[in-house]
Parts: sequence; C-alpha cells; structure tokens
Amino acid sequence: MERRAYYKNGGLPWLLIAPQLILVLVFFYWPTTQALYWAFTLEQPWGGGNTWVGFANFLGIFRDGQYWAMVGRSAFYAIATTAISMVIALTLAAFVDRSLKGTKLFQSVFVWPYAIAAPAAGVAFRFIFSPDAGLVGAINQIWPGLWNPAINGAHALAMVIVCHAWLGIGYNFIFFLAALQMIPRSLSEAGAMDGARPFRRMMDLQLPLITPTVFFLIIMNLISSFTDSFGLIDVMTEGGPIGSTEVMVYNIYVDGFKGLDYSGAAAQSIVLMLLVIALTFVQFKWVEKRVHYN
Amino acid sequence: MTNIRLLAAASTVSLLALANPAFAQTKFEFWYGLSGDLSDRIQDMCKTFNESQADYEIVCVSQETYENNLQNTIAAFRANKQPTIAQISDGGVVDLMLSGAYLPVRQLMEDNGYDIDWSNYNSGVSSYFATSTGELLAMPFNNSTAMFYYNTDALKAVGFEGAPQTWEQVETIARDLKAAGYDCPVAFDPTGQWQWWEQFSAIHNQPIASNGNGYGGLNATVEFNKGLFVKQLQFYKDMYDEGLFVVKSKATGETANDAFINAKCQMSSSSIADHGTIGKQAVEGMHWDVAMLPVWEGTERKNSLVGGAALWTLKGKSAEEYKGAAAFYAFLATPKQAEWWSTVTGYIPVTNSGFEAMKAAGFYDAAPYKGRELALASLSFTPPTEYTRGVRLGNFGAVRVEIQNAMQAVLFNNVPVQEALDAAAERSNEVLRKFEATYPGKTLP
Repeated sequence: MERRAYYKNGGLPWLLIAPQLILVLVFFYWPTTQALYWAFTLEQPWGGGNTWVGFANFLGIFRDGQYWAMVGRSAFYAIATTAISMVIALTLAAFVDRSLKGTKLFQSVFVWPYAIAAPAAGVAFRFIFSPDAGLVGAINQIWPGLWNPAINGAHALAMVIVCHAWLGIGYNFIFFLAALQMIPRSLSEAGAMDGARPFRRMMDLQLPLITPTVFFLIIMNLISSFTDSFGLIDVMTEGGPIGSTEVMVYNIYVDGFKGLDYSGAAAQSIVLMLLVIALTFVQFKWVEKRVHYN
Repeated sequence: MTNIRLLAAASTVSLLALANPAFAQTKFEFWYGLSGDLSDRIQDMCKTFNESQADYEIVCVSQETYENNLQNTIAAFRANKQPTIAQISDGGVVDLMLSGAYLPVRQLMEDNGYDIDWSNYNSGVSSYFATSTGELLAMPFNNSTAMFYYNTDALKAVGFEGAPQTWEQVETIARDLKAAGYDCPVAFDPTGQWQWWEQFSAIHNQPIASNGNGYGGLNATVEFNKGLFVKQLQFYKDMYDEGLFVVKSKATGETANDAFINAKCQMSSSSIADHGTIGKQAVEGMHWDVAMLPVWEGTERKNSLVGGAALWTLKGKSAEEYKGAAAFYAFLATPKQAEWWSTVTGYIPVTNSGFEAMKAAGFYDAAPYKGRELALASLSFTPPTEYTRGVRLGNFGAVRVEIQNAMQAVLFNNVPVQEALDAAAERSNEVLRKFEATYPGKTLP
C-alpha cells in the first residue's frame, strides 16, 4: 500500500503555499479582475470615475472592421511564425541528432537565439532589413524599390514574422532534439537496415514518435506569438506602416496607452485572454489525452 | 535609565536635524518628455535652480518622449506616486483638463504670493493652455510652431532667391531641383501630421473640428475631410508620385530632419525647436534658412498653432512642495532664465516682454539665431481665430494616428484621398464620442 504523509495541522499546507498564492493573486488575478471591470465600464484615464456600459466596449470592437482585419492578421502571424520556426528547428535538430561532424558545437550554437531579448533582436533585424542601408536592402541597388518595409505593409509584416520565428528557433530546437534523442536508436537503425533514407525515417518513424512534443510546441509557439510579439513590433515597426503590423497585443497597447482608451483596451485584453485560455485548454484536454504512442 | 538614554538620543537626532540645512530642504519631482540635447539643457536648468536657492531641491526626470511622460504620469497619478510637476504636451491637454488632477497655475502662484502679469504671455500660447475665459491652467514652458526649412545653396542653384512663401513656389522649386539632379527636393514625414495637417489647417483657417476645433464643447465632430486639406493631401500625393516629396521617417531609417541636416533633402518642415539642432549638426559648408510655412496663393494667412508643452502642477502633494513648484515657475519666468532657455533650444520666448527684450538686444539679428523670430511672427500673424487658437479634442492622440494612417494609405496604397479622409473622420468621430461618453456631464473649463 502506498504511504502518504498527512499534516495534522490543517492550516500548515495553506501557509506553505501562501507565498505562491499571494504572488499569483497580486500579479495575475488582481490585474485581470481590474481589466475585467474596466472592460464593462468607461474608465477615465486619470482616474476619478467611470460609468458602467455593459457590453458596449465589446460590441464596439466587434463592430469594427479593422479589429477583425487585425484578428485575421494576428492569426496569420501566429501560424506563420510557428510554422517557420518549427520547421527550421526540426530540420536543425534532425541534423544534430544524426551525430554528424561538429554536432556538439551546433547543439549549443542553435540555442543562442533564445537567449537574445526580443527588442535587441528587433534592433538588429531592423538594420538588416533597412531598405536604404541593410543587408537585405542591398537588393534595392540591383532592383530599386523592390524591398521597402517602411512603406509596404506586406514587407513589414514579413520582416517581423521572420524575426519572431528566428527568436523561437532555439527554444523549439531544444525540445525537438530532446525528443529525437529519446527515441530508441534501435528503431531508426532498423529502419535504416530496411533501406529507409534519412528523410523517409524522419517522416515515417521519428515524426510520429515525437508527436506529443510537436503538439506541445505548436501550442506554446501560438501562445507566444500572440503575447510576446509586442517587444519586437514596438522596436521594429511600431505597428506601421498603416497598422499593417499591428497584431492584437500591440493594438491593446496602442489603444490603451497611446490612445488613452483604457476601456477599449481592457475589452481587447479580455478577448485575447480568452483566446489564450482556449489554446491552453486545447492543449491540456485534447492534446495531452489523445496523443499517445506508447 | 533606558528611557533617559532614548530621550537623549532622540533629542540629539532632532537637534542634528535642525542644524543640518539639508533636512530643511523640500524635495520635489519634475517629469519631462524630452531627450537628447534638450534633456541635457533641462538638467542644466534644474542644476541652476538648485544652486540659486537653498530651500528646495528639484529632481528632474526624463521620460524620453511626451507620450511616455503622459503614460507614466498617469500611471503614477493613479498609484498616488505622481511628480509635483509634469510636462504635458498639446495633445494631452483635454484629458488632463477634464480630469481635475491638476492645480491651476494661476491659483498656485497667487496662493504662494507671486504676482505674475499673465497678460504678458504670448496669446497663442495662453489660448492653448487656458480655460475658455482665458485663465492659464499650466505654466507655458517649451513652445514652438512649425516652420519651413530650406537649403539656400540648392535653391540658388536652380535660380531661386529668398524664401519660398507659397506652395506654388515650393512645387516649382521642387520640380527644378529634381530636374537639376537632386534626388530629394522635399523631405516628407507621413507621421508629421502636426506640420503637414494641423498647421496647414490653421494658417489656411480650415476647421479641424466643429465647435471651433472643439473649444465649444465635447460634442464636436471632425471636419478635416471637408475643407482644403482634401486638396492638400492630393497635392502631397501628386508630389510624392512625381518624386518631388520623398518619404523620410524613423521607419525608413533616416528622419526628415536628418535628411535635411545631411543636405540630402533640400526642403523640410519641422518645429522651430529644431532650429538649434539643425544649426549645430548641418553638414560643413551647407547654407540653410528658415521661413514661415507656405500658403496657397491668394490665401489670407492666419496665425499658426502653438506646439510643445506646458508644465502642469499635479494634485495630491504637500503645501511645501507646491511652494517649491511656485518658486521654480517664478525662476523660469525670470528674464535671464527665459532668454537662456530660448537661446540654447530654439523654443520661443513665451512672454511678450521676453521676446521684446531679446529683439532689442539684437539676438535675432545675426546667425545662428537669425530666423527664429519668424516663429513668433507666424504665431502672432493674426489674432487667433476660431480655428487657429488650438485644437481641443479628447484623445487627440488617437485622431492624429488616424490622420497619419490616412496620409500613408493615400501615399503608399493609392487609396483615393476623399475615401481615406472620410474613413479617418468616421473613426475619429467614434473616438470623440467615446471620449464624450467617458466624461458624462462634464464641460471644458
């Protein structure tokens, strides 16, 4: 029979988890309830009063065509960064896993981007992609006007997506590599003896075996691209040109802090929060239960 | 025994406290939204103030930009950690006015025994930061207006002498410059809605919003999509398409000012506050000058709008701190200090007597300060009209963003001008209605 420890004093466990509980309450639940309250009122920026307006703030943003365009853009942003970042990370991890020459070195080198703060990377990428001076801008000397993220929204969005994906590669790489190394060697060796080339082994053997990791990373990447894109966008484009790089999290900042529309921003935060909760829910309920290959 | 010891210790401490002048000093904070060279000048100013007297110590904190300063001041105010003085720019005025979070400067100075001649303040400046009855709410501090900068070497090279006065001239010169091989005749920053839209509307006496640009009440609606600005934006678009206006902004990697300073662009529009910086940083051997913003031929020019910021005294501080703030304002108003500030920055002298004194002393007669008097000439070209005394719209920052987006949509995405401006107006009106609903029953002071 399993032995379990019991506390005689009923208050002690609470006392022990109190520090964590207080942290969570103060830094998560309190601001969230505050935002929730603001979302249903019109809050005066300098304080000093608010009026209850029910769902008017939500209706306001849902009626706004630009808001839906932005939600679509955010979804595209999330999917594009996740796809690019994971495909590259998986490719790198697959090569490192094959124990080719210099594996040990690459193992650590590929993780580096993860250690770089998003704004720092943003500054670097802004220079790289600068239409007048940057490395990529050099193509403008061959075909003038071909690349200009300052005036072309699609270019600007691509630039931010590439940078965000690049930042995520390190994180994804670690998880992929760990997952690949967990697979018993005998399996892929058996596949190799039956004549499967590395690509075939990857598609038919390794990938199915690491599906739980893949799903976990998809969710993590999607959440990260919804919430962590702020620093990058603020440094690289400030949402421009013409709002073409404004995603949900950045628009909250623009409306709330630049536009002093606290209530509209609070309503948008609630929408974003529900979205992230939904993604997390999917991960816990669906992914963790259904993806089993043991 | 212990009690006596404690008592002795306590009295020693209090005696020390009395003897040490540092304890008697009142410390108070001043947050401002300028950076770089201008921030250094403010630090100089604070140092001079602290050295000039022993009762108060001002701590000056840079928040880098007006926007940051506004955001941080609001956050601090809500947490009851606000500075005594905050520098708030033109765009943030209405929110602050309705908040009741400030102490009117006139009352502050009277309460603390300073007698200030308020009529001495430049009328354009005071109409932006005063109530409808003309009572100043904030201390005018760094004020400016938009000007037109031009490279005299380049203009001479295409046979134009003097300053461009009209848009017709600017167009002709720009075309000549282009033909003569200049890549960038005019630097255009689509986020510079202040000079390209607000100031244009003012000097052409075009309404930005109904109700006298919002002065008449919170129910104003924007009207920029009906007046002359529609034609003007089409003009910008045509010039852009012809390559006569070249976009220079933070996003392209070189700002309009930098492009002008580096002699890459030959004409540019910017604040008079940049006069000092341009003078200091213009490339070796480049000749340049400044003029009032151009108007269309046949236009009766009106005064331009005041830009920049004023110092607001925030509520919730001690009487001692307010005394300090009043002393600081009185210090800023001394002729010597006012002249110094205007000299090292380019901001206009905010009092009429200050301007007259500087003019009489020959300050504006020779380089490098020659030309700066035009800013005052532009500000007081006519007495302020209904549409040139300022813009009093709630969350004006959000309206400005709409204009920036409309200008970019027209230039970059070929959206028809009227369509872009109508869309911007519709969204701006939503902002205004929401603002109105946020302050139910309140009226502008």
